Amino acid sequence: MFSTLKEKVGEVLLPGDEFSFDTDDTISLTEHVKPEKVVCGPGLRRSGDRLVVCKSGVLRHKQPNLFWIESQQRRYVPAKGETIIGIVTIKSGDVFKVDFGGSEQASLSYLAFEGATKRNRPNVQVGDLVFAQFAIANKDMEPELVCIDSSGRANGMGVFGGGGLLFKVSLGLVRRLLTPHSEIRSDLDQLFPCELVVGMNGRVWVKSSSIQQSLIITNLLQSSDTMTASQRQQLFQRVKQGPL
Amino acid sequence: MKDTPLCNCERDFLLKAIEEKKRLDGRQTYDYRKIKITFGTDYGCCFVDLGKTRVMAQVSCELVAPKDNRPNEGIMFFNVELSPMASPAFEQGRQSELSVKLNRQLERCLRNSKCIDTESLCVVSGEKVWQIRVDVHMLNHDGNLMDAVSIAAITALCHFRRPDVGIQGDEVTVYSPEERDPIPLSIYHMPISVSFSFFQEGTYLLVDPCEREERVMDGLLMIAMNKHREICSIQSSGGIMLLKEQVMRCSKIASVKVSEITELINKALENDKKARKAGGRCGFAESMPQERITALKKDKTAVEMTDVSERANEIVQKAEALPQTVPSPVVPVPGVGQVGQGPQNTWGLDEEEDEEDSDEEQEEQVTKMEEEHSENKEESRGGEVVEISDSEEEEVVILHPEKPDRTPKNTGSTSHQKVAASSKKRTKK
Repeated sequence: MFSTLKEKVGEVLLPGDEFSFDTDDTISLTEHVKPEKVVCGPGLRRSGDRLVVCKSGVLRHKQPNLFWIESQQRRYVPAKGETIIGIVTIKSGDVFKVDFGGSEQASLSYLAFEGATKRNRPNVQVGDLVFAQFAIANKDMEPELVCIDSSGRANGMGVFGGGGLLFKVSLGLVRRLLTPHSEIRSDLDQLFPCELVVGMNGRVWVKSSSIQQSLIITNLLQSSDTMTASQRQQLFQRVKQGPL
Repeated sequence: MKDTPLCNCERDFLLKAIEEKKRLDGRQTYDYRKIKITFGTDYGCCFVDLGKTRVMAQVSCELVAPKDNRPNEGIMFFNVELSPMASPAFEQGRQSELSVKLNRQLERCLRNSKCIDTESLCVVSGEKVWQIRVDVHMLNHDGNLMDAVSIAAITALCHFRRPDVGIQGDEVTVYSPEERDPIPLSIYHMPISVSFSFFQEGTYLLVDPCEREERVMDGLLMIAMNKHREICSIQSSGGIMLLKEQVMRCSKIASVKVSEITELINKALENDKKARKAGGRCGFAESMPQERITALKKDKTAVEMTDVSERANEIVQKAEALPQTVPSPVVPVPGVGQVGQGPQNTWGLDEEEDEEDSDEEQEEQVTKMEEEHSENKEESRGGEVVEISDSEEEEVVILHPEKPDRTPKNTGSTSHQKVAASSKKRTKK
């Protein structure tokens, strides 16, 4: 099981591809056999004694036993613990309704902000942007957002965005932007200073010193979605040299 | 599903950008997005791309009884369809405010401007006339649907051919395209709509607004004009007060844009005509560029391995047994060596042992064949019997040859291997 999965790492898999769980026919009596455990990430699903691929993309592996499918999609499906950029749409009673680009709106309690109490309400208006993480994200339930971490700190979350531009990119690009040593980010660093908020739901907010620069970054990021690394570097180089 | 709301910061940013004469996609204020016109395989099918906005128009015709008040005029029918495919905010099968507005505007633009000769559509006065139906479907919504709709509709009408009819006495026969060539509609002029959006109470003006610009605009002015600079319809919505000079300026811009677009439509029609005449491939499928995903490019090519083990067995069975005796080297003169005529090459066979049992030899050969077929597999495995299943239907068994120093264990393990291999075969069947 483990070895078959490992062989396919880096290959393109399609929904319906299967891996079987059954072990080798012969078991060595002398060697100690460890039970194989595999942790499945997005795109892999267990069905009985088989492992079924349910998204098309490239199989990725992380030590010791994590496997997932890296896919390209635009529709966001909430997952617990992921941080997203949402737009407040309704202020009703003690919860805000937040649009995050999913199938349903999420609820955000006004107490789920740093330092918020019954008396001391956070200042949130309809149409504001919030950077929040999912506390509850189940299949058939309304997802719930919070703007505090487990210790009650804001930790970068909360209402943001005076000025700046919000735009959408594919989820794959967002994940590439958020990887620890992202190439796109380091390329962008060399261009000009800007503030960037990246939500796992494919929304990116950018603010730079001028409107022109914000627009340039927006267009660069949107076009770098379908570019190879060398194409992107070439483009960034051209922008850097070009008269701005 | 509701549309994604527009956040405050986006609105502020857009308005500020418009003040600075900047647009989201780097256009100038009076620029149109890229227009692409393609045709379907049938006559009267037209796709229009306006940036990311995409619209399809299909023209069809039918013989019907004319209206009582106009017994010798054909009937024009327009239908604008907003499908949820274009935008999640559009609902299926319900007339929304936007679709009614688009429909009305299209009718005013094409029917009321009398750009099509309806009298030529009459077959028998008071009894039979052609009804021309124009269905416009939105495929993607990124702003300025009206312009795309009007371009698609008029291009499709120009492209359309109706079947020829013959009248003998009371009998009306409709000829198929094989019998008689279909006839194009007679079109006097081509009205094209140009949209202008106004911001900050009419202070700023943009041509061809995209979806996000449409959301923050204060007012919209749609001017339908033909290339002879005749205004066919003009509509202002949003309830803003426009100055006379502003409307005049808009009409001047519109006349320039309309002449550009008309030229483009004519060129597209001509290209399509040429392609059809030459008998070359035309139509929708041909217009799509082959898109390739480069990000997922693979260097290795996949090898079909569905019946590898069967094939290997076949080869093994056909192959004759290796000569048991090693021919003694022929040395003509002591001290003279020869190239290529030495003893049999044992490089590939160095692990082979001298066996008496021919069965065992066969087993060894199976091992080799299968090793060759699965070169990419890892060689060093801990166990003596390693099973690698590539997929569900195909399973390859690799039996590792024994090292000579493990000879005492050999006989036992080979029988073991045989059992494993045969059991595998059984499971396959």
